Amino acid sequence: MSPAPALVIRGGAVVDATGRRNADVAVRNGVVTAVEPSIDAGEGVRVLDASGCIVAPGLVDLHTHLREPGREEAETVETGSRAAALGGYTAVVAMPNTEPAIDCAAVASQVLALGRGAMCDVAVAGAISVGRAGLQLSPMAELAELGVRLFTDDGAGVQDSRLMRRAMEYSLSLGVTLAQHCEDAALAAGGHMNEGAWSSRLGIPGIPAEAEELMVMRDITLCRLTGAPIHFLHLSTAGSVAMVGAAKAQGLPVTAEAAPHHFTLTDAEAQTFDPVFKVNPPLRGDGDVRAVRRGLADGSIDAIATDHAPHGQEAKEAPWDEAPPGMLGLETALALAITELDVPIETVLALMSWQPASIAGLRPRHGGPIVAGSPANLVVLDPAERWVVDAAASASLSRNNPYAGRTLSGRVRHTILAGEPVVVGGEAQR
Amino acid sequence: MKHLLSIEDLGRGGIEEVLRLTDKFVEVSERAIPKVPALRGKTVVSLFYEDSTRTRLSFETAAKRLSADTMTFSVSSSSVNKGESLRDTVETIEAMGIDAVVVRHRSAGVPWRIAEWIDASVINGGDGWHQHPTQALLDCYTIRSRFAAARDPGGGPAFGGLRIAIVGDIKHSRVARSDVQAFAALGAEVVLVAPPTLLPPSLEGWPVTVAPDLDEVLGSLDVVYLLRLQRERMTEALIPSLREYRTRYGLTAGRVGRLRSDALVMHPGPMNRGVEIDAEVADDPRSVITAQVSNGVAVRMAVLFLLLGSGSEIVSTPLDRPVPVAVGDLA
Repeated sequence: MSPAPALVIRGGAVVDATGRRNADVAVRNGVVTAVEPSIDAGEGVRVLDASGCIVAPGLVDLHTHLREPGREEAETVETGSRAAALGGYTAVVAMPNTEPAIDCAAVASQVLALGRGAMCDVAVAGAISVGRAGLQLSPMAELAELGVRLFTDDGAGVQDSRLMRRAMEYSLSLGVTLAQHCEDAALAAGGHMNEGAWSSRLGIPGIPAEAEELMVMRDITLCRLTGAPIHFLHLSTAGSVAMVGAAKAQGLPVTAEAAPHHFTLTDAEAQTFDPVFKVNPPLRGDGDVRAVRRGLADGSIDAIATDHAPHGQEAKEAPWDEAPPGMLGLETALALAITELDVPIETVLALMSWQPASIAGLRPRHGGPIVAGSPANLVVLDPAERWVVDAAASASLSRNNPYAGRTLSGRVRHTILAGEPVVVGGEAQR
Repeated sequence: MKHLLSIEDLGRGGIEEVLRLTDKFVEVSERAIPKVPALRGKTVVSLFYEDSTRTRLSFETAAKRLSADTMTFSVSSSSVNKGESLRDTVETIEAMGIDAVVVRHRSAGVPWRIAEWIDASVINGGDGWHQHPTQALLDCYTIRSRFAAARDPGGGPAFGGLRIAIVGDIKHSRVARSDVQAFAALGAEVVLVAPPTLLPPSLEGWPVTVAPDLDEVLGSLDVVYLLRLQRERMTEALIPSLREYRTRYGLTAGRVGRLRSDALVMHPGPMNRGVEIDAEVADDPRSVITAQVSNGVAVRMAVLFLLLGSGSEIVSTPLDRPVPVAVGDLA
């Protein structure tokens, strides 16, 4: 007989990588203590209603820009993690393109320290090169020592093929994974949206799909050469999805993610000239959106990652080609996946919880099966609830939300971090 | 009509309305005192974030001939150099009490953003590579004034059957984007002549054909419209050299002989004599480049009047001899 629980999640359907069953979940001291058809809550036990809901391992975001240090007017670890918790995430990977970049133990330690006590677990990705300048390898072992499991120069791709090869070879000795922002800088130079019919008509300089695809192709080739695993960030083109699918079929250790905006929005949005729709990689065409959706459904793409990229209002009130790229994502990603992807909820959760948790090296703390003894990092979501996105209501410090006013299905009801209900009834608890 | 942002917004009917009204203002411009009181008490601001001589002066002249007050905002002497944002600048200017703002900016779409932020009318004076609607309107007016009489006794635009080639750097040209839409809307056949590096990456939905060789099409044209070739295109590896460009696409003295005697040579200015057009060709009787500039003032008067004039406003009244004419009489 286990000790009395502190918390019971009652009446939901538990869904994890092992399947689905209707069960109550008891939690105590940050750990799941029981998963049974019916659990009695005694005196003083908190009960969270999960009727009509799915109880799943907490979501994991492989791609979050928390902006701290350096751009605290746009987001902080505290505000970004609150937005994450509201979006159902129990862990996020903070991208290293901060100012200064997370390219050494000192900066990584600072962000990790800010993440302690945040509303979700905060892992950090380290930079591949010093200052993300693409010239010299960052001290990867020193960063791995702190628990860093992903390395990327995100915001830019590693242009120098030799440096990328060396980084991949070096990563093998550390058991870490390199993640690439695939963009050939010379081919993309000066571009501010997808190159195609819309860019031609609007007179906005374009970024061709091939700028991404060239680097996907190169890194698959380097993966074959070195044997080192590679993760592809925010795939946006049909060609990229096809190449990654083919590399997997050959048994190469490649993984990939896609962002919600790349399966929900197209480059036609640029005709508004509102930079809320400016992002990098850019919104692409219909065929690319369809390919990303197919890739998510057929396993070519392993994870949905937000690329949550907060920017202050004044930055986005600039002319299109002067505004920085990026859009918010943490609070809408789950609902967009449920609303827009034609896949079962189990697939959505695989793409947003246990598969990204594996890529980020965060299992078993995140993404694992919900059984007695597992860490109580959980999300309770109502897949049928419809809601209207209110940009002003976001927990983020920024408001660059391209979905404002949209009606979506699927909403987070509760988020439990290490046994603590940090979101209850859709409200942040701290 | 509240704003003039693109030729697309105007459509064929809107273009024809502007052209008809322009006839009246051409007449005003030819008077001894080329000024009417139509926009007395209105304030028109030129907000130019990019260098411009002819467009800015043309708009200011047009506004003055309509008796509007004018203000000029040029970036070099403004708070923009102190880091003021576009929105703050625009809202500050609006707070002074203005009726219209003519915007020129190096980035596509800026006039659309401004139109969302302020209540005044916004006129696109050229945004990036995107649109330059008043240039297209003055080009249409210039073509119409040369061909309409011969082809359409009714005085309509009558571009049906006209074959117009736009030659040169289409990719980076807001003039080309507006002209293609305007010429095609009025029924002309539009041919783009350029090396593939100077064409937009996609021509999907463009009502045009493409000819790689200028010499092949030259004899069949009613209008050859030359675009300015900016010198930096060489460093961007878009063309090997100005010399090679001139050899293949320049309207040289040698080449102009193939052009029909009644064809028109046009250019939006400023010209690079010796690159896209030879000096003697610019001064050829077929060249209407100067007429484009003078028509520009009348076209912009028509645009300002359409946006700011009240329905029954007087337009053909000399200041010294008031005879009211209603707008309805102009159509």
